[in-house]
Amino acid sequence: MTKYVIRRARLLGEDVVDIAIADGVITAIGTDLPADEATEVDATGLVALPGLVDLHTHLREPGREDAETVFTGTRAAARGGFTCVHAMANTDPVADTAGVVEQVWRLGREAGYCDVQPVGAVTVGLGGTQLAELGAMAESAANVRVFSDDGKCVSDAVLMRRALEYVKAFDGVVAQHAQEPRLTEGAQMNEGLLSGELGLTGWPAAAEEAIVARDCVLAAHVGSRLHVCHLSTRGSVEIVRWAKSKGWDVTAEVTPHHLLLTDDLVRGYDPIYKVNPPLRTADDVAAVREGLADGTIDIVATDHAPHPMEDKECEWSAAAFGMQGLETALSVVQHAMVDTGLLTWAQVAERMSATPARISRVGGGHGRPLEVGEPANLVLHDPAATRTVESTDTASLSRNNPYTGLELPGRVVATFLRGTPTVLDGHLQEAVR
Amino acid sequence: MKKHLLSAGDLTRDDAIRVLDTAQELLGVAQRPIKKLPTLRGRTVVNLFFEDSTRTRISFEAAAKRLSADVINFSAKGSSVSKGESLKDTAMTLQAMGADAVVIRHHASGAPHRLATAGWTNGAVVNAGDGTHEHPTQALLDAFTMRSHLGTDGGVGQDLAGKNVTIVGDVLHSRVARSNALLLHTLGANVTLVAPPTLLPVGVDAWPVETSYNLDDSLEKADAVMMLRVQRERMNASYFPSAREYSRRYGLDTARMNRLPEHAIVMHPGPMNRGMEIGADVADSGRSVIVEQVTNGVAVRMAVLYLLVGGATNDEGEA
Repeated sequence: MTKYVIRRARLLGEDVVDIAIADGVITAIGTDLPADEATEVDATGLVALPGLVDLHTHLREPGREDAETVFTGTRAAARGGFTCVHAMANTDPVADTAGVVEQVWRLGREAGYCDVQPVGAVTVGLGGTQLAELGAMAESAANVRVFSDDGKCVSDAVLMRRALEYVKAFDGVVAQHAQEPRLTEGAQMNEGLLSGELGLTGWPAAAEEAIVARDCVLAAHVGSRLHVCHLSTRGSVEIVRWAKSKGWDVTAEVTPHHLLLTDDLVRGYDPIYKVNPPLRTADDVAAVREGLADGTIDIVATDHAPHPMEDKECEWSAAAFGMQGLETALSVVQHAMVDTGLLTWAQVAERMSATPARISRVGGGHGRPLEVGEPANLVLHDPAATRTVESTDTASLSRNNPYTGLELPGRVVATFLRGTPTVLDGHLQEAVR
Repeated sequence: MKKHLLSAGDLTRDDAIRVLDTAQELLGVAQRPIKKLPTLRGRTVVNLFFEDSTRTRISFEAAAKRLSADVINFSAKGSSVSKGESLKDTAMTLQAMGADAVVIRHHASGAPHRLATAGWTNGAVVNAGDGTHEHPTQALLDAFTMRSHLGTDGGVGQDLAGKNVTIVGDVLHSRVARSNALLLHTLGANVTLVAPPTLLPVGVDAWPVETSYNLDDSLEKADAVMMLRVQRERMNASYFPSAREYSRRYGLDTARMNRLPEHAIVMHPGPMNRGMEIGADVADSGRSVIVEQVTNGVAVRMAVLYLLVGGATNDEGEA
């Protein structure tokens, strides 16, 4: 069955409409559309958004298939309303050659739950010393346009400059993990009152801001596109705002967890809250929310970082950095941004679908508006639902969910990938392929 | 008292005084020909040391044995995840063995906290030093030592109200300084932390202490001066230009010691770098109570184990 009529959805949270889908395309939007043998989906009260696009996902395959695979990660993505995710390059082997990015891309196609667009490493082995073959990755079947050493900072200023310049040849973008390495040696949590009290080595805001500022200036100097990953501090927001005011081609992302969680959660030394960049202060949270609302921060990206239990059930300093995010992203954004009046659903669609797709130049009809003739990538979200997050309620292989036990609003009811439901009635559809 | 001793901040003023007074009573045991009480007979105390510290381990071992507890020493050097067992598995092993108390020393800040709260073990957890976080029994023995010198009639029942304590050195990395700042504040003392700005943690202005970059400024009013060990590894990490400069600016030499009030005592948690943070003459002077700190350490740890494991934990009204 390839025809659906979605009944009485609130398009971008506004007008109540029916949406007809056939053969992967939106064929009609209106009221009281004819059923025409289509499967009807009751979407009363649900918000229809374009399929979400995540610019920052760790799928862990190849290398850490105990934490996540492309298959399980894309299933988690579908449950979160995503139709496209960008797989970060810090796999093992690192996605620094055409061969590895093509492997990840192919695994995504086989998984079928959402499109997987690989991100290529900037430097060989994320080593920070030699450019990876960026052109080969761009020309590969994976068609890579986003390059990032995420997890590590391209800290060498000359190498960063060269990377920014080089990717202009194929309209690429360098997505920087902004972390001055010397200022963050052994860093465990946000540097502030609490790090001093807990005796955990601080990760100062200045270590992020120094790199963000340097990279903005470099990108302007060479006329390149720069994307700042997981921006987390008030200072970074102000620097990006300043760079944009100059007309520089800088974009930035914030993670759901940096929109909601603060460093005081570290007090109990539970590594579930250990993440890089670290959870910051309530003032930083207010600043990234403002930044996302006024457009200084362009997008929300999950930085979904699954880890096996044993890497979190240990002492803080031995634990891995990172938290899951795909299945809770839209709920967190609703809670932090929509229910607070900072964003409309239309603006959420822009920040979680249209803009990330534009930054990555991804094809496949992602980030397109919900209009007749467009590919039927869409998500139906119930904003009136609430749920208490449980770590076991996941399609991911991992359980490192920092929202466990928290009550969050909203629930993804259905996700359509090119007209095929990957999630329906809140359940993964097992026979997607 | 709380079930565990993870931070000096876990102790109320009454708790702290109860520990110190109990230690005072137990100190007498050490002077007897037979240095043993039957109090913890049949109880098991595990010394779980992930970091080398012979001094602290034997202090806890002596304390537990003098209370007739069964003592198991478990030494797990190095990172718990690099090779071998995880902290969780170690904890579950100890639980299976029926540990009534786990004394843990760990290189990771917060490891005792994890052990106490993750549900891996039921025993009382005593923090014997965790990373750069805390070392609460050290603070208790320091307070005990101060009280016996600075209090009236040996200090029993008293706090340290109004006493001026100067703590000097690498506060940033010092678990001793953190625990002392908390406990001494609870006991009413005025604490001054003295260090070069590089060795004071961010946010120290919110601690209940005074801070100073200048050692000489606080000497004349000090009732006690505590010198912190400077780790060798700090010397190559640009926290200060050289060992000599550190010693000149922040070392306690004879000239500085002579500017202390008559009654003031000099303390050091050990092990000392003689000639670096403390002059040899100062360490061996009549004002130095450094050896006494070690003696008191056993009594204070006996008191902690007794109060946490000995069944005296629930009679709040007694204090």
